[in-house]
Amino acid sequence: MNITGAIVFQVLQSVLVVLIAPLMLGWVNQCRAWLQNKSGAGIWQPYKVLHKLFHKDAVLAHNASPLFRVTPYILFGCMWLAVGIVPVLATSLPFAPAADVIALVGLFALARVFISLAGMDVGTSFGTLGARREMMIGFLAEPAMLMTLFTASLISHSTSLATIVETLGHRELVIYPSMAFAAVAFLMVLLAENARVPIDNPSTHLELTMIHEAMILEYSARHLALIEWAASLKLTAYVAIGIAIFLPWGIAGAGDWEALPLALVALVLKLLAAGAGLALLETVSAKMRIFRAPEFLGTAFMLATLGMLIHFLLER
Amino acid sequence: MPVFIQPIEAAVTLSVVWIGLGVIGLAFMRAPRLITHAVFPAGALVSLLLAATGLWAIGAPASAAVLPAGLPGLPFHVRLDALAGFFLLLLGGVSFGISLFAVGYFQGTKAATLGQLSLQYHVFLASMAFVLIADDAYLFMVTWESMALSSYFLVTTEHHEEQNRRAGFIYLLVAHIGAISILLCFGVLHGGHGDYTFEALRAAELSGFWATVAFLLAFFGFGAKAGMLPLHVWLPEAHPAAPSPVSALMSGVMLKTAIYGMVRVIFDLIGGIRWEWGLTVLLFGAATSLFGVLFALMQHDLKRLLAYHSVENIGIILIGIGLSMVFIGSGHPVAGALGLIAGLYHTLNHAVFKGLLFLGAGAILKSTGLRNLNEMGGLIRHLPHTALYFLIGALAISALPPLNGFVSEWLTFQASLQAPLLDSSVVRSLVPIVAAVLALSGALTGMCFVKVYGIAFLGQQRHAFAESPREASGWERAGMLWLAIACFALGLFPVFMIGELNKVSLALIKTGLGKEAMAADWLWLAPTSSAQASYSPVVFLLVIAAVLGLTFLVVRHFYHGRLRRADPWDCGFPAQTPRMQDSADAFGQPIRQIFAPVYLIHREIPRADDPQPVFRQSVEDRHWHSMYLPIARFAEYLSRHIGRLQQGRISMYLLYSFLTLIALLVFAQ
Repeated sequence: MNITGAIVFQVLQSVLVVLIAPLMLGWVNQCRAWLQNKSGAGIWQPYKVLHKLFHKDAVLAHNASPLFRVTPYILFGCMWLAVGIVPVLATSLPFAPAADVIALVGLFALARVFISLAGMDVGTSFGTLGARREMMIGFLAEPAMLMTLFTASLISHSTSLATIVETLGHRELVIYPSMAFAAVAFLMVLLAENARVPIDNPSTHLELTMIHEAMILEYSARHLALIEWAASLKLTAYVAIGIAIFLPWGIAGAGDWEALPLALVALVLKLLAAGAGLALLETVSAKMRIFRAPEFLGTAFMLATLGMLIHFLLER
Repeated sequence: MPVFIQPIEAAVTLSVVWIGLGVIGLAFMRAPRLITHAVFPAGALVSLLLAATGLWAIGAPASAAVLPAGLPGLPFHVRLDALAGFFLLLLGGVSFGISLFAVGYFQGTKAATLGQLSLQYHVFLASMAFVLIADDAYLFMVTWESMALSSYFLVTTEHHEEQNRRAGFIYLLVAHIGAISILLCFGVLHGGHGDYTFEALRAAELSGFWATVAFLLAFFGFGAKAGMLPLHVWLPEAHPAAPSPVSALMSGVMLKTAIYGMVRVIFDLIGGIRWEWGLTVLLFGAATSLFGVLFALMQHDLKRLLAYHSVENIGIILIGIGLSMVFIGSGHPVAGALGLIAGLYHTLNHAVFKGLLFLGAGAILKSTGLRNLNEMGGLIRHLPHTALYFLIGALAISALPPLNGFVSEWLTFQASLQAPLLDSSVVRSLVPIVAAVLALSGALTGMCFVKVYGIAFLGQQRHAFAESPREASGWERAGMLWLAIACFALGLFPVFMIGELNKVSLALIKTGLGKEAMAADWLWLAPTSSAQASYSPVVFLLVIAAVLGLTFLVVRHFYHGRLRRADPWDCGFPAQTPRMQDSADAFGQPIRQIFAPVYLIHREIPRADDPQPVFRQSVEDRHWHSMYLPIARFAEYLSRHIGRLQQGRISMYLLYSFLTLIALLVFAQ
């Protein structure tokens, strides 16, 4: 494998994904607006918001600790690493062996713990409420996510995402029933982890129902901008993981320049479709009461575990 | 290079020095400064030397010796092999930090108490060292008992409080139930011939039935000491009662001697492991870990909470060991080695981060006098150093990369993903379910430590202090710093420790990890092969740090760093009081609701017309009511009836003696 080429691919992917992540969010919001018969703010709106926030003066509570100030940067760093590891454009990237799927889940957990701690830092009622709910969602979603990924790992005998994608991408068309269960579970986890509709509503600040927004209420200006950007990166990373595991066709190998245009086109098409699908899902479903969330995520966990058992029972 | 001294001799000498230090402490009871500033630091130095001895012994061939002590004709045998070396490394490394902390922590303790404390503390350390190097059942049981007794006295240091005496009693009771079970296990292994050296026990040929009996006795005997479900009840009582460095030592190291005993007896002495045994260990481990964390989430006493987390982590260690036994028992020793290494690595990691967390709890207790989370809050502003160390410990125990707790959980997951190797489809599908339980309890641990850290260190101050709490002293900080560095080192460079553990595995089960796994360089951890799974904590940390720095610079360069302080916003809500934050119990509320059937919840809800309404709620452990209290009642019932024999009249007792004599004459023929 050409080392320089691989490194160029790595840098290309990391920079590209970080730059287009807000666009993904803008696309989802725009689709949602269209589906709801609104004209929408346009797909570039998230960039305008980020630009505005970066310009503002940061306002910090009197008793905010250093942890509060450093958390947005940690969050952004974690998410950047995540999109660097996930094979979005190409497999066998140089960073990819640094973390397999378990470490990737650990990475998301690290980010979640820090943002929840920051939510509790100022000591307001909404901050702790948000942190408590976020951790509740998190402890249910994290094992479900791990089980989903384990199903894929058991099929490809590897927990490394690159190997999983290569195995699943180059297989003959075999239908794995276990992967169907895993896909449904993964979709449910994706909605919960990214604060999307049935669990949380990203576009509301209604006090009693918010989760993610409640935690970051005290943030402003550049800190808030980084958190928002990290959130869009997280959404993109999750969608990319989903694409990599369940629709891996068309991805390039690292340093494989000829496959790059095709990979880019495939990526854009898949992301557009995923964004539109997400908007559709959000439009047709209503937000749940907070105590229905455990049922929702418990179902995801059960489905993922069932998928794994089905793999053991049927697919060997 | 000629070798003048064997590792075993060094280990024995160092352990004897510990006892000597304890005696010196007792003798100089009137000079408290001498005890804190000479005896404890010297003890810490011995710890460090012992850790070095342990590391040396892992690589060296096993060395044995016979001590000129014990009963006539029954000398003490000692032996130091790779497994014992690894646990000596753990004991020395962790107790070094704890002893440093103790120097600062025990300052200001009453002189008389301090003398006794010094004796018991160092005898406790020495007993643990002797348990690890004992090579006959006799020395093992003697030191096992002296470990239990010295720690009993440490737990009841503050014996003027009723609940501490009660905690000590429960501890001693469960410790002895365990000890009896271990003694019986040695008896079964001995089988009436030969002597009680481990050499002889190892050579014993047991039938399948008796081997299983020996396994069960060892498993539950050592399980009682380790805090395995349902024998865990002493842990949440004893740990809060003991002084904090002692809690750290008990939770960090003493529980690990039980793991050592389990591995030694099951893998080494009994041998011939069967997968059914492994499955037993695995299921108990999974139940223990889930139960431990669910109860930890309900606690508001910081040390009790940490004690329940010890239960949880023992469960995780047992999952690793159980996986290893399942694989070895079904003829896959390489996967078995992976499970064993995962279990042992988690043993070391838990010792380090739990020691650190108990020391942090001790620092909070010493400076604020608080143990109840509901009264803490905002401590990060008063204790910034302690807050930083505690954060490292909290992230490590929550199994977050790139710290050490993650590495061992990662290895355990990797071991469980070897499940397709197994032939029996029932076991094959049980193993992933155990992995699911492990994932769930790992995520719950994260929630629990967000609660602990968020409520104790962050937020608004809940307690009005007469004077502002003081940061921990230099000695205390040094102790915590040592363990915090260990959390990072074991997390960032796991390959070195795994190389050492591979030697332990080679010595114990004659199999190590595959060649491909050991071929990877220090940067990449790949337990099976790099195509299957790999993890590089260093790259992981470097990328995050680089992005963090880069983002900071870019933001500063293109925009600005202007900052303004103001009141918290909180959706524009004007009056903010500390009582509006979540309390520790409120934070656990979702868990209480989701897992309600697990708990025994008492609620006292006021009537609607109550002028002074009070809402009370308590969460209890079901085991007390469904298991321990019935046994206690039965024992009382039995002793009441047996008590009838005692009439207090001399003629009756003469009659009993007469009847006994007759009976003996009849049966002795």
